[in-house]
Amino acid sequence: MTETAKKKNVRWVEEPEIGFWESTFVPAILSGLKTTLKHVIDRKPVTQQYPEVKPELPLHYRGVHRLNRDEKDRVKCVACMMCATACPANCISIEAQAAPPEWPDRDKFCKTFVLDELRCIYCGMCEEACPVDAIELTHIYDLTGETRSDLLYDREKLLSVFDKTKNDPRDPVRTRRGTLGPAAEFQQLPTLGPATVVPTADRAAKAETAGVIRTGGEVK
Amino acid sequence: MASVIVNGKEVEIGANERLNCIQAAAKAGVEIPAYCWHPALSVVASCRMCLVEVGDKKPDGTVAMQPKLVPGCQTPAKDGTVIVADSQKVKDARKATLEYLLLNHPLDCPTCDQAGECYLQDYSFDYGRGYSRLNEPKNIKPDKTYIGDQITLFTDRCIMCTRCVRFTREVTGSAELQVVSRGSHEEIDIFPGHPVNNPLAGNVVDLCPVGALCSKDFLYQQRVWWLKTQNSVCPGCSTGCSVTVDQNEDRVYRLKPRVNEKSQGHFMCDEGRFGWKYTHSEQRLTSAEIRSNGQTTSKDWDAVLKAVRTALQKAAGIGKGKIAAVLSPWMTVEEAWILGSYLKSLSSNVILALGPVRVSGQDDHFPKDIKGNVIQPVKFTIRAEKCPNRAGVEAVLKHLVGDVMPFEELLRLSSAGQFNAVYLVGGDPAGWISDLQAEAFSKVETVIVQDFLPSPVLKHATHVLPSGTFVEREGTYVNYKGLAQLVRRSVRGPDGSRPDSRILWELSERSGLVQTDAVRKEIASAVSALAALDHAELKNDGVLLSAAEPVGAK
Repeated sequence: MTETAKKKNVRWVEEPEIGFWESTFVPAILSGLKTTLKHVIDRKPVTQQYPEVKPELPLHYRGVHRLNRDEKDRVKCVACMMCATACPANCISIEAQAAPPEWPDRDKFCKTFVLDELRCIYCGMCEEACPVDAIELTHIYDLTGETRSDLLYDREKLLSVFDKTKNDPRDPVRTRRGTLGPAAEFQQLPTLGPATVVPTADRAAKAETAGVIRTGGEVK
Repeated sequence: MASVIVNGKEVEIGANERLNCIQAAAKAGVEIPAYCWHPALSVVASCRMCLVEVGDKKPDGTVAMQPKLVPGCQTPAKDGTVIVADSQKVKDARKATLEYLLLNHPLDCPTCDQAGECYLQDYSFDYGRGYSRLNEPKNIKPDKTYIGDQITLFTDRCIMCTRCVRFTREVTGSAELQVVSRGSHEEIDIFPGHPVNNPLAGNVVDLCPVGALCSKDFLYQQRVWWLKTQNSVCPGCSTGCSVTVDQNEDRVYRLKPRVNEKSQGHFMCDEGRFGWKYTHSEQRLTSAEIRSNGQTTSKDWDAVLKAVRTALQKAAGIGKGKIAAVLSPWMTVEEAWILGSYLKSLSSNVILALGPVRVSGQDDHFPKDIKGNVIQPVKFTIRAEKCPNRAGVEAVLKHLVGDVMPFEELLRLSSAGQFNAVYLVGGDPAGWISDLQAEAFSKVETVIVQDFLPSPVLKHATHVLPSGTFVEREGTYVNYKGLAQLVRRSVRGPDGSRPDSRILWELSERSGLVQTDAVRKEIASAVSALAALDHAELKNDGVLLSAAEPVGAK
């Protein structure tokens, strides 16, 4: 770029000149006083009346975790440890156990599930990672405890959070999907496109929605 | 010199190397994916994953390609072979093969133990289509939870590569596994009443490229991406299999064989594979102690080491031949050297004996026929000598004291009250001394015991030094044929215990932290039989001390 072209592209901003009134500072003082007077007249309270009045939280608020139960009241978790892997704060520890023979739909489940609510940063990665939607974050934010170990939530405590919140409209159970999530059971999963490029001659490219993966059942 | 052209790049192969296309391509740095092919097993060419274009370069420079894709595992590479592994035709074939293999695969990766080290995952990611076109329900076969004491089969995950079947037929000779049914109903199964319980059974789990065969011992214990891996040596017998130790948070979860043609090849036995459990035993010794008249007077490491040093110096000052030491064949060469040379520096007449070498039964060779006769060529041997480093410790002792006193002779001398102080190093997890033998040390004034598990001799001990197992050691083991391999530290021992090398390092008042490399150099320059320890190759596959004369051969 030449020197002249450079100068052409530069827009110079001049400092505004201060006039007579500005230099007296009276308009600035008056506009400040206007704000003060507005607050003198306005009687609407700004203080939140917590805990008497609980705040309205957005639906996607991320509070204390819960472990969901399936239709048979078993813990939904399959102990795949994806949440523990995804957790950036390393606050989840799970011990897996082989599922009893009367659970033919499961290979394993969580024997212990301990989540350190103090260590957690409530990022929601565990919820994202879970392939069976077993762990979810609820709207509960006011958790207290007298000791650190009180806030180590174990499996039973996390299940009790589910029992407490499952009928709350703010914490809907987001899916009713079964054992192992998309790869194992979905009927239809529309994606933006297939993960790999489909040659135009390919049968998949002629499907009404590219990348629809079907595994049995009736599909429209 | 023979040369092969892989993806247009010429690569030299040895004139007498018998390579297939997969191996030849690997030499050129090109990966040809394969499931059923394994370097230690026969070729079946059934998975069709390694299909490549192959042709011949004629002397006049023209290239004649074969019209069809051929399996790389089954096609020998010779001078002038042209391998094309990156054409669109080959890529399409791989996509089709993977789609076919995944037709009935349950895709339960989140709960599958193999996830993370699964060839089906890796190849699908690298070469696969990324989506399925299957409209029909999958053919899911029930799992077989018992096909062996240590092995479980997730039938639906199997891709029918038959590596496991060929392993039991060709390497163990026991042939418990077979394929039943045909087509998409094919399953791996055992003959009724003949589970896979042979001494090498655990290898089928490693051979399985997917998560079909799983080890019951490791099942659901850890996700594999959490494990930290360290190369080491199995201490189970004098074969000294190269292994990898997989641990997480100072807990060992599994041992896997590491391919080492110099040592054992591709496999390891179940005794070694599952034989590390004593490492996390509840009975591990965890406090250094000074005892007198049945009372523990101190549990402080510094005080104990100082007392041991003082006691040894006192005994050395009394007169000739009053100190004796038993060096365990479970010690590394470096540990034996530090202890041996330290005692030697205290008293030139110190008596050094090799600890008991446990031998159980006979060397067990594989494969075997149905009557138990060994079939030649032998592919794997479990040795009867159940300690990892007799040859190494013996070489150190021979250098230091000339001839090594047998353990029984030392017991006899000790019963006769010949010694003022004895330094006993244990290390055999199955026990190395009986109650009766321990009585030999009841009259000795100073009995220093360095061990990690309780043994009968502890009741006579005046000084107890809790030491470490093989996963806590750092050093060199020398196997039956004089192959020196590095044992590397994988985990920290329980609180209160210290690895042998650190105990001995501090006892002999060497400065700073333990430096096994420096000790190894010291040994290599001092002991002619162990001069090879200086070799750089030791850090890889190990180094043979002497091809002509194995160390410690009697």
